[in-house]
Amino acid sequence: MNAKTTSALDLDQSKYNFIDPESAVYRSAKGLTRETIIDISRHKKEPDWMTDIRLRAYEVFLGKPMPQWGGDLSEMDFDAYTYYIKPSDKREQRWEDVPENIRKTFDRLGVPEAERKFLAGVGAQYESEMVYHSIHEDLAKKGVVFLDTDTGLREYPALFREHFASLVPPEDNKFAALNTACWSGGSFIYVPKGVKLDIPLQAYFRINSENMGQFERTIIIADEGAQLHYIEGCTAPQYSTKSLHTGVIEIFVKRGAKVRYTTIQNWAHNIYNLVTQRAIAYEDATMEWVDGNMGSRLTMKYPSIYLAGERARGTILSIAFAASDQHQDAGAKIIHKAPNTSSTITSKSISKGAGRTSYRGLLKVVKGATGVKASVKCDALMLDPQSRSDTYPTMEIDEEKVAIAHEATVGKISDEQIFYLMSRGLSESDATAMIVQGFIEPFAKELPMEYAIELNRLIQLEMEGAVG
Amino acid sequence: MPELALDIRNLHAVIEEKEVLKGIDLQVPKGEIHVIMGPNGSGKTTLAQTLMGHPRYVVTQGEARLFGEDLLALKVHERARQGLFLAYQYPVEVPGVTLSHFLWNAYQASRSGADERGKKNPKEILAFRKRLNASLESLKMPADFAMRHLNVGASGGEKKRVEIAQMQMLAPRMVIMDEIDSGLDIDSTKVVAEGIRSLKGPEFTALIITHYPRILEYLQPDRVHVMAAGKVLCSRGMELARELEQKGYDWILKEFNVV
Repeated sequence: MNAKTTSALDLDQSKYNFIDPESAVYRSAKGLTRETIIDISRHKKEPDWMTDIRLRAYEVFLGKPMPQWGGDLSEMDFDAYTYYIKPSDKREQRWEDVPENIRKTFDRLGVPEAERKFLAGVGAQYESEMVYHSIHEDLAKKGVVFLDTDTGLREYPALFREHFASLVPPEDNKFAALNTACWSGGSFIYVPKGVKLDIPLQAYFRINSENMGQFERTIIIADEGAQLHYIEGCTAPQYSTKSLHTGVIEIFVKRGAKVRYTTIQNWAHNIYNLVTQRAIAYEDATMEWVDGNMGSRLTMKYPSIYLAGERARGTILSIAFAASDQHQDAGAKIIHKAPNTSSTITSKSISKGAGRTSYRGLLKVVKGATGVKASVKCDALMLDPQSRSDTYPTMEIDEEKVAIAHEATVGKISDEQIFYLMSRGLSESDATAMIVQGFIEPFAKELPMEYAIELNRLIQLEMEGAVG
Repeated sequence: MPELALDIRNLHAVIEEKEVLKGIDLQVPKGEIHVIMGPNGSGKTTLAQTLMGHPRYVVTQGEARLFGEDLLALKVHERARQGLFLAYQYPVEVPGVTLSHFLWNAYQASRSGADERGKKNPKEILAFRKRLNASLESLKMPADFAMRHLNVGASGGEKKRVEIAQMQMLAPRMVIMDEIDSGLDIDSTKVVAEGIRSLKGPEFTALIITHYPRILEYLQPDRVHVMAAGKVLCSRGMELARELEQKGYDWILKEFNVV
């Protein structure tokens, strides 16, 4: 295996644990008030409607209680965070123009290298702003828009306003409201009718500062018959206090279009990762969430798909890995709103060293959505007796003419499998790693090869620590 | 005295405090093929798994040597790296892991004899894959089997053949085969027997646990041992296997006063 970093999404935590010297050009006052929000909005020179929706969202945020389900949020202190840090005055299209210390960070993370090798476009967010955004020229010529979200708002105001917060309104949940109030950065993507991207676009999110809140907002619109694959990766250094990452992602998959959104989040183990991801798929469209949760202190994330047009298809494929200080509360939601729609949910979770994983899912079929086919499969693997895994599946099926399959397993690594592999010469840790890699194979095989290799390498590293 | 591949003296083992091996004595000289027969529950599979090091079985007395080395002091994977191979009666399924990937890693591990893997030379991997495909073909297996997940969804007969393919690829010095011929039809038995026979030679030693002499007609074993109640009762030539098939075990159990 190539020892040099070839992947922007390298999964070995120790590699990300470096801190750049503070060099922000602007940071908002600590804590969140109306004034802070107005300040952020002014700083971004936004139209009034955006300032207004931010302030409305702030009221919603204040009005909603903390969720009492899912993970433990009791230590979260909203006054301790800095909600907006502007690392640089400009966002660049050439790495040479990105401020040196930030460029070095992304170099170290292998982002420019990955871009050269196998990506159609890259966005890099550092703290609150995208500092780099670039797309292959030929795609730009075909009318593909790949911008940071702030620029998207400026350059495509009508398209932006039509879609922004239409799938995830601030009222949806407390953290969606928080994001809407103080969002900054993220990607704004539009792929015109019939345009198909055959290599992925990628966004990379980095938090550097301590006690920082990162609130990216991503909007993806795939017009009729368009296709794209978007990958996001996330890392941060380890601090003793807990930072907050709260993104909102809204995806619109028009008739016959296809979108795949892949996340490999490997946040430091002190990050609260509370993200709302939602997609709507129209007639004959396909939406796929491929969701890998390896990092963070607590993740609460349930990618969802509204299958709104006939024959739309939805797939949610996720893995969660929880080590000793982690809780991955992840899942999936699919709502069948039209006839002959189909969906597949596959969830794989692994917990070790008192780590905790939860699967929380919703499968809903509305009355009249006949001919729906859906399957849900959740498998949990616990590597030791201290670990914990829970499953909270919800099904609301209001139509009778449907075919639904549901399967859930919770298990330990089988001693017989370990013995079998060891009896062929593999050490116990290699045997364990191989079984775990096999367990997540349905996920790994959907990743670009570079990431699959890194994922397997991470599992290998984790197992060396897990087995005596 | 020829060199002993396997030398078992007074071996006792318990499972959950129940003694299942009650003083096994068995010697297999290098280059020979030996057979163990015996009624169900006599401890044959226990012996095989104990020699491989299954944690469920605890050795309480006696010793077992592999080419003179203390087998019982080694961990399971170290036994494999010393050239011991167990072909299982019921090979386990490992979802998500291809036969090819698994076997390449096992091959690398056994060859280096250490945890560091050899360099992943693409030429070597290619050569390995070719050999694996040739092995599978000789066992009349579908060409894509190397890329299928290990034993997942395979029939009983396919699993047995995959065991033989692994044996051919890893080239062990001492092989224990636990009912490799159970559940196979005549044609499959022949294919499996041919697969084993291809390995016969002065460097290949085998201990075959079976109920049926059919496979033995292909392999022409040097010695047949009968096990009952956790002990080896007697050791004779091939004619004993034929006699047991015709007459069953009762007479020999009586002869040795085993109830």
